[in-house]
Amino acid sequence: MPPFDLLPLAESSNLLAARNQMAWTLGFHIVFSCLGVALPATILVANYLGLKRDDEAAMELARRWSRAMAVTFAVGAVSGTLLSFEFGLLWPEFMDRFGAAFGVAFAIEGIFFFLEAIFLAVYIYGWKRLKPWAHFWAGVPMVVTGIGGAFAVVAANSWMNQPQGFTLNAAGKVVDVEPLKVLINPATGYEVPHMILAAYMVVGFLVASIYAVGMLKGRRDRLHRLGLLIPLTIACIATPVQLFVGDTAAREVADHQPAKFAAMECIQETGDDQTEYLGGVCTDDGVKGAIGIPGLDSFLVGFSTDTEVTGLNDIPDDEEPPAHTMLHLSFDAMVGIGTALLGLGLWFGFVWWRRRDIPRTPWFLRAVAVSGAGAIVALWCGWIVTEVGRQPWIVQGYMRTSEAVTKADGIWFTFALVMAIYAALTAITIGVLRAMSKRWREGGAEPEGGTPYAPQATTPTGRKPLDVSGNRPVDGGGA
Amino acid sequence: MSLADVAAVILWAGVTFYALFGGADFGGGFWDLVAGGAERGERPRATIQRSLTPVWEANHVWLIFCLVVLWTAFPSAFYAVMTTLYVPLTVAAFGIILRGSGFAFRKSIEGLSGRRAAGATFAISSLLTPFFMGTVVGAIAAGNVPADGNGDAFSSWLQPLPLLVGALFVVGGAYLAAIFLVGDARRAGDPEMERYFARRALGAAVVAGALAIVGLFVLDSEAGYVHDRLLDEGLPLVVLSLLCGAAAIVVLLRGGRRPLRPLAGAAFVAVIWGWAVAQFPYLLPTGLRIDQAAAPDATLTVVLVVFGIAAVLVLPSLALLYTLAQKDLLESEH
Repeated sequence: MPPFDLLPLAESSNLLAARNQMAWTLGFHIVFSCLGVALPATILVANYLGLKRDDEAAMELARRWSRAMAVTFAVGAVSGTLLSFEFGLLWPEFMDRFGAAFGVAFAIEGIFFFLEAIFLAVYIYGWKRLKPWAHFWAGVPMVVTGIGGAFAVVAANSWMNQPQGFTLNAAGKVVDVEPLKVLINPATGYEVPHMILAAYMVVGFLVASIYAVGMLKGRRDRLHRLGLLIPLTIACIATPVQLFVGDTAAREVADHQPAKFAAMECIQETGDDQTEYLGGVCTDDGVKGAIGIPGLDSFLVGFSTDTEVTGLNDIPDDEEPPAHTMLHLSFDAMVGIGTALLGLGLWFGFVWWRRRDIPRTPWFLRAVAVSGAGAIVALWCGWIVTEVGRQPWIVQGYMRTSEAVTKADGIWFTFALVMAIYAALTAITIGVLRAMSKRWREGGAEPEGGTPYAPQATTPTGRKPLDVSGNRPVDGGGA
Repeated sequence: MSLADVAAVILWAGVTFYALFGGADFGGGFWDLVAGGAERGERPRATIQRSLTPVWEANHVWLIFCLVVLWTAFPSAFYAVMTTLYVPLTVAAFGIILRGSGFAFRKSIEGLSGRRAAGATFAISSLLTPFFMGTVVGAIAAGNVPADGNGDAFSSWLQPLPLLVGALFVVGGAYLAAIFLVGDARRAGDPEMERYFARRALGAAVVAGALAIVGLFVLDSEAGYVHDRLLDEGLPLVVLSLLCGAAAIVVLLRGGRRPLRPLAGAAFVAVIWGWAVAQFPYLLPTGLRIDQAAAPDATLTVVLVVFGIAAVLVLPSLALLYTLAQKDLLESEH
């Protein structure tokens, strides 16, 4: 198989289009859902510090981040709504057969998302008129519901990987459901914490990277320092836990989804003493161009080089995941980036422990500046391993993706449309956030008034602009 | 009442909330669209913006609620609808994306032309989305969705009744939005805007009434089952809707204050439940009954429990959000 053959041509054209559309829309949405899950906690830490220590720079950060969240949450909400439609538009047979089981998790997610949207609105728009601590506490439900929502959605995906808790009749229709078993399936225990930690890492490193760039440009005020420290600390706490959870997850995949594991580790022949390959291209004759560490793969799976690991030779051809090289490199990239981020965290932690300051070298800021993009790439790679690695199944062992796909016409057209819209959305979102930050830096009034696009759309906020150090002159109001 | 019937009631409750709040939300976009040039439309747009900003996202979660309940509790109905009406549903889904992001962006985007583009995207998709959702509802009522799905992609909804229901959705939302905005303008102490939206509420009410009357005739020819039940079992609700709608018009004409919103809301809700009664016991008249489409009891129980939790947690939270918004404790700037 050629290394980057995403989907064998034998598969139907609709399947290719539908899988691509699903992959790109999920890949887009997952970044915004990370922001929905983990940004509230980051904001509330700043808000808490601001209130507790009467720290105007921390308060200003919380205000700014909550403004940015108003945009990212909106994009996340609408792109998530599209996914709900896509379940039916792209995978109708799947929903018909398994909606009764799989839907249980989404029904619960719906409640969490609802509550998050409500309290997010109260928090984002309550800065001026709510009492400061009441406002802070109105934000706390966002954190809880964000985590709850992530639990429910990822439990649904876990169920697709390790389905259980339902009874099928002869026609293959779900006739009985055990909701708790659907929710708490064998993959829930590692997929859910893996994703929630990933969200905290993505958000922490992403927000910190923005302030690292600012500091590299010479903006060394308290606002930038705190803007770097708060999210970076959160991310650096999450990272070691994440590596532990991820390591456990890989072992579970080796046990329960041997085809996925064999593909992502490029294991050709079943046996013990398996070599761990770093990088390289997977071919039927083994891995080419990789760094091989003899026995390590077996050791990582069972803590002994004697551990037998299933190879692709024991997986029936029609149950083998596609694109082995892509899976393998995605897995390696995720682990590699995670390890690098752990190193960044150790560096930061060590220097902070010694002298209560961030490392002085610009290389540290440069590393933080790329950590956000790195965390997002690792997130995508992880989902590629999970989702492409589950192929050809949509519900592992029960339903093939090719059986689930719609027969409707025009999926290539909607795919192209989605790509165009999402490319524009990505560009505009980044542009809007950058413009916001530029306005804040210049200390100007927000152009946002009651009027969306009137000839002169500026309304004075009645507050003095920030001075260069990110502090507001004394009588400047705020929460 | 069977468990499946209860789940259907829950679905309908979600549909009702979405129609009321999501509908008003779309209507806000409609009035934004027709508010005229930047200069002339400035004040109505400002009023609309203030009203929508804190609540629009919560309003739209009802749609997700409806989709999730439909596919969980009635998977085969979800399948049949999705495989038949995928064209209008795809347009509606894209409309939702463009609408939400357009609304979020137009407040923060740089430059007047960018804001105009974002605003136009928001406003146009506010028109298209409810229209195509309406065609879906109309196609279901007309019995154009086969029980086992995969109906014709175009002729299922390119019919007089679905198109008329689409128009009715747009006008109904515009009516509700105008009624809400009358109150918001009044609270903001802006009598000019109050009159502005009162005139538009009246206009929308007249158009909606005319469409509804035409609709009854089209219903008779295209959706006999629904038509007959609507004028029989559903008649009390139809009458209630007419009375409330008429009373709301009287209140509007007299420049009255209360109870404008409850009357308009009741007129709207009565129609939605009239439709439910008219379709009963079918989800897809006359091919798929509620009990035929229902998921196993354990799943329906989960839906019930989740709705119970929603009633205990979400509804009070929503009430809190709306109360804070109505007391002007939330604002689009901070």
